[in-house]
Amino acid sequence: MDFLLWVRGPAFDVAVAIFLIGVVARLFEILLLGRKPLHSEPKGGEFGNGMAEIFKRSVPLPDIVKRGAVTLVGGYVFHIGLFITIFLFVPHIELINSIFGVRWPGLPNPVVDGVTVVTMVAMVVLLVHRLLQPVKRMLSGFEDYLTWVVTFLPILTGWIAYHRLVNPYPLILGIHILTVELLLIVLPFTKLMHAFTLFLSRWYNGAVYGRRGVQS
Amino acid sequence: MADSTTLGESLRRNGVSRRGFLKFCAATASMMALPPSMIPRIAEALEKARRPSVIWLSFQECTGCTESLTRSHAPTVEGLIFDSISLDYHHTLQVASGEQAEAAREAAMHENMGKYIVVVDGSIPGPGSNPGYSTIAGISNYDMLMDTVKGAAAVVSVGTCAAFGGLPKARPNPSGAVAIQDVVKDKPIVNVPGCPPIPQVITGVLAHYLVFGKLPELDSLKRPLAFYGQSIHDRCYRRPFYDKGLFAENFNDEGARKGWCLYRLGCKGPMTYNACATLKWGLGWSWPVESGHGCLGCSEPDFWDAGGFYQALSIPTSNVTRTAAAAVAAGAVIGVAAGLANKAKKSGAAKKHQTVTVDQLGKG
Amino acid sequence: MSALDNIAVRVESAGNLTRNALPLLHEIRHALARLAESGESTAIDLRSIPFGPGDEADLLAALGTGEVTAQLQALGESRITETSYPGVWVVDHYNADGQRIAFQVEVTPVPQILAAQPADVADGLQRLEAALAELAEPESRPASL
Repeated sequence: MDFLLWVRGPAFDVAVAIFLIGVVARLFEILLLGRKPLHSEPKGGEFGNGMAEIFKRSVPLPDIVKRGAVTLVGGYVFHIGLFITIFLFVPHIELINSIFGVRWPGLPNPVVDGVTVVTMVAMVVLLVHRLLQPVKRMLSGFEDYLTWVVTFLPILTGWIAYHRLVNPYPLILGIHILTVELLLIVLPFTKLMHAFTLFLSRWYNGAVYGRRGVQS
Repeated sequence: MADSTTLGESLRRNGVSRRGFLKFCAATASMMALPPSMIPRIAEALEKARRPSVIWLSFQECTGCTESLTRSHAPTVEGLIFDSISLDYHHTLQVASGEQAEAAREAAMHENMGKYIVVVDGSIPGPGSNPGYSTIAGISNYDMLMDTVKGAAAVVSVGTCAAFGGLPKARPNPSGAVAIQDVVKDKPIVNVPGCPPIPQVITGVLAHYLVFGKLPELDSLKRPLAFYGQSIHDRCYRRPFYDKGLFAENFNDEGARKGWCLYRLGCKGPMTYNACATLKWGLGWSWPVESGHGCLGCSEPDFWDAGGFYQALSIPTSNVTRTAAAAVAAGAVIGVAAGLANKAKKSGAAKKHQTVTVDQLGKG
Repeated sequence: MSALDNIAVRVESAGNLTRNALPLLHEIRHALARLAESGESTAIDLRSIPFGPGDEADLLAALGTGEVTAQLQALGESRITETSYPGVWVVDHYNADGQRIAFQVEVTPVPQILAAQPADVADGLQRLEAALAELAEPESRPASL
């Protein structure tokens, strides 16, 4: 109980602070880097093309579907699953509401439960695939495994807590919150930052191509 | 005072038939939260059970626990249980006071040395704090407790104050309150938390000792598993609403009237282990959730400091919004500073840039 | 109608949602099958079931009333009712103040508590013998009687 109060109190404060400082500082840093001014005559729109690119790039190229089916399907399943478990589970919505004052309807718990299992399976498949594929294994470093672990732990502990597979409940709930805090702290300083930079960079690519009138 | 008559004998002497005795056993099984298949064993054990002596100590408490207990003291069946224990000292309930009361306690201790049960309600000022915060007959709570438990067979901490420190221990804990288990280390302890505990749970634990001559099976917080083995949430009749995602958003909306789940209104059912959902209160009439209010978590340690009673369990206990705002501002400052530093580095690098001719390259 | 009834609380049919009655009926069916096959009796403590509003009434309505209804006066009243399914009994114990102290479903040919108990039989035998002994010696009784 003391542990739960600690992770819900001071520890959560520290984690949120590190997370926000990290994310905001990195975004500002990236944006302030700037780009060299383009002096050429614009051959097309920047903004609209950038926005379109965000969606276009979500549709995989046929060649990629053939060559990286596991990565592609697994990646989509686990990212969508992650979104559902984080943002459509009622206790999580309550947490967000308490901080930002906005709330939305959640999904019934058994649905979220099923999605959670699918998400975990997809993540395990991706990890195994990463370990078995020589090319992927060669490309993977410590950071790739670290980010996998810190992403997987909150899902696993949350699922265990929901099903009360570990007693007492306050202990497993505390562990769940602690793993989320770990994720929050690690996120801004690793590849996980792509949660924030992904759409930014896609838009930028699209905008540049649009201005140059290049097909993207 | 404890005597050598067994319970079976005392019931027969009171003209209770064997049928009545079996009914009594069924009620006892139900009270101890044991399955009906245990009734024959209970009957056998009750036949031979002897009256244990009980000394009840009240320290930093509000008498709510005693109030709860006396409500279970309905005549006949539970009454027989209480005729079957010998409550030798309870300074709130007993007629005697002052010297006589303390003398009764001393006498019960001497006569039943090593065999009596000490029931405690209320926390005590810890050994390191001012003993003057709570005394009885000029004796500090700590001294009286340690003196009384010396010859006890077991200690039953009744109520959250005795079990975990409770309200007296809530921040900032002015009296330095501690739970009984913090100071009594060498005796078997049962915690019966709740604010107050359900009356049947108090009598159920005493009945268990009376029937089986030993303490019931306990969880990691030393609570009897028969009553504290499952969370309120798992036994709640409103659980299907939680699973369906149907929540009351405030105490006066459609959901509240329809009896939907109270999680969003701060119900602590998921983290609270107690028997309210099955035994209920007021002789099985109703219980907090059934009457439309979330569980406060009163049978858990430090429930008083566990965030607001009306805030959902998943909500952080501190003011995260303020922290978040400060963090965003700090992040912006650091980011801008880093950006400016990068710019300076870039322009510094540009300044150092020198034009190199092919000849110079050739020399290098 | 008390003032309480005016409060606009409409409990959504908990019988449909918590459905405590349905799993209990299945449990009773299994117990009845055991009784039919091997003669094994079962008792279920209904006070350990988290009944929502209406659950108890739903269960009792589903079980119905059968051929036997018995009342027991021992440490207060007890009502023992056979349901419409022979062998399934509802045993409802109250104390002298009319408060429920135990509430069970028993799946058995006859609830044990209805049978005369050997100890009570022996006690009754003694009393009957004593009564007969008194009848046999009328001259020992005071003339006024």
